[in-house]
Amino acid sequence: MSFFIETLLAGLMVGLLYSLIALGFVLIFKASGVFNFAQGAMVLFAALAMARFSQWIPGWIGIENKLVANTLAFIVSAFVMFVVAWLIVRFVLRYLVNQDVATLLMVTLGIAYFMEGFGQTIFGSSIYKIDVGMPKDPIFILEGVFEGGILLNMEDVIAGLVAALLVAALALFFQWTSTGRALRAVADDHQAAQSIGIPLNRIWVIVWCVAGITALVGGIIWGSKLGVQFSLSLVALRALPVVILGGLTSVPGAIVAGLIVGVGEKLSEVYLGSYVGGGIEIWFAYMLALIVLLFRPQGLFGEKIIDRV
Amino acid sequence: MAREIGDVVLDLKNVSLRFGGVKALTDISFDVREHEVRAIIGPNGAGKSSLLNVINGVYTPQEGEIILRGEHFSKMSPYKVAQAGIARTFQSLALFKGMSALDNIMTGRTLKMKSNLVQQAFRLGSAWREELEHRAKVEAIIDFLEIQHIRKTPVGRLPYGLQKRVDLGRALALEPRILLLDEPMAGMNIEEKQDMCRFILDVNDQFGTTIVLIEHDMGVVMDISDRVVVLDYGRKIGDGTPDEVRRNEQVISAYLGVSHTEESAA
Repeated sequence: MSFFIETLLAGLMVGLLYSLIALGFVLIFKASGVFNFAQGAMVLFAALAMARFSQWIPGWIGIENKLVANTLAFIVSAFVMFVVAWLIVRFVLRYLVNQDVATLLMVTLGIAYFMEGFGQTIFGSSIYKIDVGMPKDPIFILEGVFEGGILLNMEDVIAGLVAALLVAALALFFQWTSTGRALRAVADDHQAAQSIGIPLNRIWVIVWCVAGITALVGGIIWGSKLGVQFSLSLVALRALPVVILGGLTSVPGAIVAGLIVGVGEKLSEVYLGSYVGGGIEIWFAYMLALIVLLFRPQGLFGEKIIDRV
Repeated sequence: MAREIGDVVLDLKNVSLRFGGVKALTDISFDVREHEVRAIIGPNGAGKSSLLNVINGVYTPQEGEIILRGEHFSKMSPYKVAQAGIARTFQSLALFKGMSALDNIMTGRTLKMKSNLVQQAFRLGSAWREELEHRAKVEAIIDFLEIQHIRKTPVGRLPYGLQKRVDLGRALALEPRILLLDEPMAGMNIEEKQDMCRFILDVNDQFGTTIVLIEHDMGVVMDISDRVVVLDYGRKIGDGTPDEVRRNEQVISAYLGVSHTEESAA
């Protein structure tokens, strides 16, 4: 029993991280109808910025304190993501209002390649590490209830908490502020939103910024686990089935689907893996997404698309 | 009527709009006076909605200019138009379906909101006070339109007539000086039409809002408008008071198909 709970918890933690990346996709898709293939590149770019600035900043201003250095690096990286968002809207999206979905998709592919290349050009392309002081030691809890207790990886717990907090903060922001309301309005209908004076360009910058911040937090968490390198941009591929499962247009969907995928892949690996020779974890999410697509093309929580003819 | 019709506030001069080889509007000129109810009528495909979209800044005409309170524009943008105090409703509903009626109308206040993102995110006092003030204004609009009972309902679930009212409410939330209504009564039954007429006239009367509307129902148009423009095939064929327009030969032929083939009868 304690082993089952351990696996479940581990799955939930990983799931929250998937949710975080998936959220970036959903936010941009909702607000601008763009499926942003560059989300992975944004994660890489943000993580690179964080890794490098946390190295550079102590040298520039001569401080040793790691907390201060990391905080400053985070602020600078967040600002960098803001500039990236602004540049994308100013020089790319602005000219593509009301364009075909396929056109916008291709554009994000272009942005992805550009950011991957440009990011590695200015920040370097070796493997860097992000050290935000995550505890690496596992702990045991509930030793009185189960024999031997439950093994918890503290790093995962903290990462999960951070992700949960960010997701909650975003949900509140969207639901309860007037800017959040304007964002939802733009997501529903561009033309109507413009007609009541909601500035489309500003809203897009905000959305890409928020997506950039989620990419930064995701990048820091994944980066401190795995190291910052090119393959980090592939994290987004892991979030793709999550987005499909949850439905492209649903924020709660992204969160729940992330948890389902995280738990599902861990449990199936542990309990079914031995029957098929292991390795389920790698393709489980894609299989699940495929099955969901067959029966519910709009995903578990997405809006059913009904065209008026 | 209590209101007094004032000077010209919106003036279109020789506006032409083409989509590739298709001429949507050809050499259209007409003006709108302060506080009046101005109707645009014409058979299907006459270019009425295109004309509204030109005023609203969705389409940019190839020729002609638009003069808004003495200011000349060859190109408008929906955002600038909203800032200039022009609001509109849509022919096919364009409400924010997932949001409640109240939230939909609240979005109409966006331009009036002064607090910035940070203040809103942390719910600082000023942002919160502002939200309450706007909420009070919106509640007044909700009372005015008699939709108190549905204010928390997601608009996607409302019957058509009520959705049209929410659409009007959202436009009113801008406190517009000019209100563009694209077929506000299309698809409504007689009772709903009467309600909508009453709201439009009340808005015009109480707030002095200038109204430009497109409508198919001739009875309604002739009853509530001060002046009427008639379009046919993208050209202006008549302009004047309802009585003048009703006697206009060209208008009669466009509507009854005297000089055209029978299919063009409205």
